[in-house]
Amino acid sequence: MSNETIMQVEDLKVYFKVTPTGAMPWTKPHILKAVDGVSFDLKAGETLGIVGESGCGKSTLARGIIRLIPAESGQVLWLGQDLLKLDNKEMRSRRQEVQMIFQDPLASLDPRMNIGEIIAEPVKTHHPKTPTAEVKKMVEEVMVKVGLLPNLVNRYPHEFSGGQCQRIGIARALILKPKLIICDEPVSALDVSIQAQVVNLLKELQEEMGLALIFIAHDLSVVKHISTRIMVLYLGNMVEIADSADLYNTPRHPYTQALISAVPIPDPLIEKNKELILIKGDLPSAINPPSGCVFRTRCPKAQDICARDRPEFADAGNGHKVACHFHD
Amino acid sequence: MSLLEVNNLSVEFATQDGAVRAVNNVSFSVDEGKTLAIVGESGSGKSQTVFAMMGLLAANGKATGSVRFEGDEVLGLTGDALNAIRAQKMAMIFQDPMTSLNPYMRISDQMAEVLVHHNGLSKSDAIKQSIRMLDAVKIPESKNRIRMFPHEFSGGMRQRVMIAMSLLCQPKLLIADEPTTALDVTVQAQIMRLLAEIQKDFGTAIILITHDLGVVAGNSDDTLVMYGGQVMEVGTTESVYAAPTHPYTQGLMSAVPRVDSELDKLVTIPGNPPNMMNMPTGCPFTPRCRFAIDKCLKTMPELIHSGGDAGHMRACNIPKEDLV
Amino acid sequence: MIVADKNKIAEMAENLTGLDAVDGRSLWADARRRFMHNKAAVVSLVILTLIVLFSFIGPYFAVWSNEEIDWAVMGSAATLGMPSFETGHFFGTDDLGRDIYSRVIQGTQISLMVGVVGAFIAVSVGTLYGAVAGYVGGRTDQIMMRIVDILMAIPFMFVLILMLVVFGRSIGMLFIGIGLLAWLDMSRIVRGQTLSIKNKEFIEAARATGVSGFKIITRHIVPNLLGVVAVYATLLVPGMILTESFISFLGLGVQEPNTSWGALISEGAGTIRYDTEWQLLFPLAFFVVSLFCFYFIGDGLRDALDPKDR
Repeated sequence: MSNETIMQVEDLKVYFKVTPTGAMPWTKPHILKAVDGVSFDLKAGETLGIVGESGCGKSTLARGIIRLIPAESGQVLWLGQDLLKLDNKEMRSRRQEVQMIFQDPLASLDPRMNIGEIIAEPVKTHHPKTPTAEVKKMVEEVMVKVGLLPNLVNRYPHEFSGGQCQRIGIARALILKPKLIICDEPVSALDVSIQAQVVNLLKELQEEMGLALIFIAHDLSVVKHISTRIMVLYLGNMVEIADSADLYNTPRHPYTQALISAVPIPDPLIEKNKELILIKGDLPSAINPPSGCVFRTRCPKAQDICARDRPEFADAGNGHKVACHFHD
Repeated sequence: MSLLEVNNLSVEFATQDGAVRAVNNVSFSVDEGKTLAIVGESGSGKSQTVFAMMGLLAANGKATGSVRFEGDEVLGLTGDALNAIRAQKMAMIFQDPMTSLNPYMRISDQMAEVLVHHNGLSKSDAIKQSIRMLDAVKIPESKNRIRMFPHEFSGGMRQRVMIAMSLLCQPKLLIADEPTTALDVTVQAQIMRLLAEIQKDFGTAIILITHDLGVVAGNSDDTLVMYGGQVMEVGTTESVYAAPTHPYTQGLMSAVPRVDSELDKLVTIPGNPPNMMNMPTGCPFTPRCRFAIDKCLKTMPELIHSGGDAGHMRACNIPKEDLV
Repeated sequence: MIVADKNKIAEMAENLTGLDAVDGRSLWADARRRFMHNKAAVVSLVILTLIVLFSFIGPYFAVWSNEEIDWAVMGSAATLGMPSFETGHFFGTDDLGRDIYSRVIQGTQISLMVGVVGAFIAVSVGTLYGAVAGYVGGRTDQIMMRIVDILMAIPFMFVLILMLVVFGRSIGMLFIGIGLLAWLDMSRIVRGQTLSIKNKEFIEAARATGVSGFKIITRHIVPNLLGVVAVYATLLVPGMILTESFISFLGLGVQEPNTSWGALISEGAGTIRYDTEWQLLFPLAFFVVSLFCFYFIGDGLRDALDPKDR
């Protein structure tokens, strides 16, 4: 598997227009800066974890990358081509290579179609001339790959459990052998024992098929387990990015440090003696984010400069980048 | 004598497709000022257990067994007797604070309602007391904030309001049903720390219901593991985590990813969560258990001592030593 | 039981070649089952089917046609025009000596046809309009819905009556008039449903797969709309029949010798003081029973398709 860069996201911004309550038709809408300048690279076969709490913009980022939501500005270079500049037809064709799986496994499947039809839909969309027998074979092969018995092909989504529905979603994403799968909170809605099954499955498939993954979740334990690198988002801004072990062992941004200390570890001796870093205050509004560094309103290290200058994303060695004036 | 003693509690629901046993012969006790964590996944019956205790079961549900609070039987109480226990002896907070608070009433009115109804306070006294309680849960500017509506608070703040509301009548037992599942991890840390402080200050016993093994590890004295409506293992948290003696507990511990470990592959529990309509007569974990033998299908094993620390019990037909 | 181990799955899959795929239990099958459990709905369905059959088969038993005048009875309907088997006037006659049995059959045919065809037009036009407005959204949606609002504000009964007076009375006019009115409501309902479906994750998944907008509407949105549309369609039919009956009651509906329930009821009501109750009761009975049936079926459909029970 080569180490080529397959995706380069450059200063991506996704803004929403929000009409304030009780506004007149002529009032200018507010601008909600959901994603405010995110850049990263992705190499073939690697897993980039994106982690952050509510309001950080991770789901919006995922959808902005593949144009499910229109982006305000920026570049998304996929194998050299800027996805944001393609026309609709060309973009639809690119979707064969970049697929997505969603948070609510049952809701992401059309309740009126049986799972055979659901899994076959990508084939019918991009290769409509494929003969039925071959489509059937492709569906069965991919079902076995994800651990579903092929004779269930006529069943409907509501007849399956959450974990099985997620496998169906994965099968649908895999059938055209994409190069990248974006996973938006794929295991958050599943029981712990089922989460482990799905996570293991994704890792196996990744090795087998040379897939790259972008894994978005709020549970740092799961993200760390599956990712090679992790990016931390806060209020639409990147605060830190590093290799997984590096991020956990030496977090350099105050937010990352607080986040890691808050993650509960299933070991009573560790937990009870842990030093918890608590951040005060509430998440500021994305409509009127704080000037300079967006984290400054809750940061224990905040100084005047943090309100004036937005911190650059600086290299701290070994691919570890931090955006903080006073990082460790 | 323990503060709360539950013996052979069972909950059955009458449905169109037959009777469903959500909780099957569950027994445990909670001491004053201690925290018991009840851990389980979907279908484990953990929520129904506490609903039965509080008299909150759905209309087609029936609870049998015994629940003794400070020696008095509370299971099956109705009307005024039930209301006398709720909020005053046992209080409950729920998973989603947005839906647990009335969106049309100000916080002041909702909180005052509790005190006026249970303790007979006047409205103005009730509000003063409520403001003091909001201070206790560290809500800033409580005097102004109490006049706001629930949607004006963030998720974490709403949960604090819920906690404050539940403590108004100073109950001896607080039941927290997945209190932080819907919250961010940093907010979760704050809320769990708050609960610990409250336990220290007021001496409240807590039953913490959750599926998050990390939260249990840091915030409980005892742990009870449930699956398919039955108790699988119970003991002090340290004992259960250090040496789990039930295949399900062991499976759960290995299946949870830990942020401080470098393990490559998670050890999974095969199969799917139990279907409550279709339960085997023996141990509910049998279809997914690596060590299951014939006996497991037919008879539910009794809760016996695990051979480890005192009070560490397991319900399994296979001897502990054979679980490798 | 589904086994999670991949190798085991591959093994089992090989051994399964030749084994037929198990049939799934689609949501329609579930809904059908729930519908069958609703006694009122099933009985209504049966009765309605009987009424429809009656309108087709009934004429074969008729002794008199709907236009024939029984000179023997004319003028003395109160005494000689009572329902009886001997005279062949099963439902009696009206004042002109026309057989009410045949007239009721004809009235049933016309009224049901107006109801069903009218509802069909309303559903087709309304669904398409509402789905497009809902899916496209934005400015287009605003404009399309404002048009609907404006049209709804027009007092339709007034316009309809005006049209009938100006262009003359005919069945075609009736269809156009009534159909033009009912699609408005349907388009609102469908637009609302489309909006809620549009935001569901499986639509997002379809877009992420690369399905074109048109295919999304036809393959994903419309099948998920059908449930709601079916319920409202069955509730539209009685509405149409009522409107048509009202028009006919006013004397502006179908022209003689054609007739409808409304016209018959109008005539029957007018002569009730002359002891000729049968002239009113038979058409009224058919009218009321059919309406009730439609309402019960509509209710049954709504309960059957209610997603809460999943």
